[in-house]
Amino acid sequence: MRKIILIILFAFFSMALFYQPNTITMKGSDTMVILAQRWAEKYMDNNSNLVIQVNGGGTGTGIAALINGTTDICNSSRPMKPSEREKLKQRYNSVGVEIRVARDGLALYVNNDNPVKVLTKEQIKNIFLGRTKNWKEVGGNNSPIIIYGRENSSGTYVHFKEEVLNGEDYTSSMQSLPGTAAVVNAVSKDKNAIGFGGAAYAVGVRDIAVKANPRAKAYIPTDENIKKGLYPISRLLYLYVRNKPTGELKKFIDWMLSNEGQKVVSEVGYFPIR
Amino acid sequence: MTNQKNKGWQKKKFPLTDFLAEYIIKSVAFICLAVIILIFIFIFKESLPIFSSQETTIQNEEYLQSETYGLENDQQFQIENEIKSISPEYYDRADLKNLTGKDWQPVGSKPKYGLLPLFIGSLKVTIIALLFGAPLAIFAAIYTAVFASKRIREFIKPIIELLAGFPSVVIGFFALTTLATLFQDLFHYQYRLNAFVGGFAMALAVIPIIYTITEDSLNAVPKHMIEASLALGANKWQTAIFVSIPASAPGLFAALLLGFGRAFGETMIVLMATGNAPLSTANILEPVRTFSATIGAEMAEVVFGDTHYTVLFLIGSLLFIVTFIINAIAEFYVRKRLFRRFGKEYDE
Repeated sequence: MRKIILIILFAFFSMALFYQPNTITMKGSDTMVILAQRWAEKYMDNNSNLVIQVNGGGTGTGIAALINGTTDICNSSRPMKPSEREKLKQRYNSVGVEIRVARDGLALYVNNDNPVKVLTKEQIKNIFLGRTKNWKEVGGNNSPIIIYGRENSSGTYVHFKEEVLNGEDYTSSMQSLPGTAAVVNAVSKDKNAIGFGGAAYAVGVRDIAVKANPRAKAYIPTDENIKKGLYPISRLLYLYVRNKPTGELKKFIDWMLSNEGQKVVSEVGYFPIR
Repeated sequence: MTNQKNKGWQKKKFPLTDFLAEYIIKSVAFICLAVIILIFIFIFKESLPIFSSQETTIQNEEYLQSETYGLENDQQFQIENEIKSISPEYYDRADLKNLTGKDWQPVGSKPKYGLLPLFIGSLKVTIIALLFGAPLAIFAAIYTAVFASKRIREFIKPIIELLAGFPSVVIGFFALTTLATLFQDLFHYQYRLNAFVGGFAMALAVIPIIYTITEDSLNAVPKHMIEASLALGANKWQTAIFVSIPASAPGLFAALLLGFGRAFGETMIVLMATGNAPLSTANILEPVRTFSATIGAEMAEVVFGDTHYTVLFLIGSLLFIVTFIINAIAEFYVRKRLFRRFGKEYDE
């Protein structure tokens, strides 16, 4: 019995030694997980000698992994912070390479039963800062607003804070959930809920039409509105690598920026960068 | 039995293996102790930078620009002329004032590391878990130890102890999907995920611990005490309430403490079922964020060596200290009491 087990183990080890495919790891933004997976699948179809591993976990996770050297590519839904760049510099003597790969609209989800259809940026800000506590203040039912958001590791969290809240703190009563899918799920179950996330995720919930200011026209985050830059809350999606990409990594990144790679971006529901 | 030659050979070989075995077992025991001490030292060491005070300065706003790749020239030009929407990062440090604040907002231009809401959250969930779990577990233990027939006892006890092996992720998932919806439909409260749901799910995790220890301590009550009570004409109920339970009170106390320690340190259930909003109110129907869930949610994302990172390690140290003290009280104080109470009989 023991002999058999040993032989099997030996076989595994020798296989592992002889069979070493090239691997590229991508880690980071939950918003970009679907996109990265599509890219990886498509690219691996044409390059069978390569294995691309895709992980989520949040932009912060990805950047931490990049700094700690446990990933090749970091998917990021926000620009790197100066403090993070400094950490990279301390470790690798390079400030990282930024690659812009796509554009995304940041949608606000409400429950399908919620009568509120339009909010201005100011109203959204007040809701998430905890100043507006009831739906009737923004033209809805007389019921308290339940706020769902993302964990503070997520790029979406940071971007929303910078762009919509002008860097002020979210209200303490915001419930933070792991991943945009969890936010969508929670909003779909809770008729007084509001949440935010990538425009590509809204399934079973309704997107709010957003006005940049009270006099402006309201736009919902459709492909066209985001592409034309009409929808007021959009952002760029990035890849970060430690040094100027070379070899297989360079090929993969070039492919993502090529027409073929950018087509995948549109298929997933984001907007091509070029 | 055996001839002389053999005996001599055995004498030489046997003590050696004996000696080796003894020392291997001894060293394993000490390695366990060493590992615990080392873990504690490591956690505490990582949280030390907080206590070394530094000057508060605002970082110079010189923006470290990454190289870009894969852009056309005009886009490159655009980036250089872009107004950076990033607010300058303050040099963040966690001093005592910051740590005792009421806001937990560790990410942002002015991070706030108030531990108060997290502590309140942990306490809330733990107390709710004990309120639901402890009576159930203790009554079940009294029933199986005192009243149940042997057959029923051997059926119930393993089942409750099986609960202990229930993965907390499964309990958390059950609470998130089923319990939360059920309770909201029943009680119509505002928040779907809150301390009450989390505490109720946590009760499932602490019941087996409290049950097992209570049951054991009830069984440890010397037979002659129970027999004396019955001989004096007391019935089963009176014996249980006036003899068995007072005699095993320290054991009950230990069970409660260990249950408290388990609930305080449990991560996955609270991470999934409490909504994780850092509120510091007394209302149990509002979401809470606990110490353990905070570490679970944020540890994977922090930049190593950051202030945020050291604060998370400080939280880890706090958790460790609290559960360690509670378990130590349960272990040492209670056992001493029991030994004193029953004298030698406790060993039997």
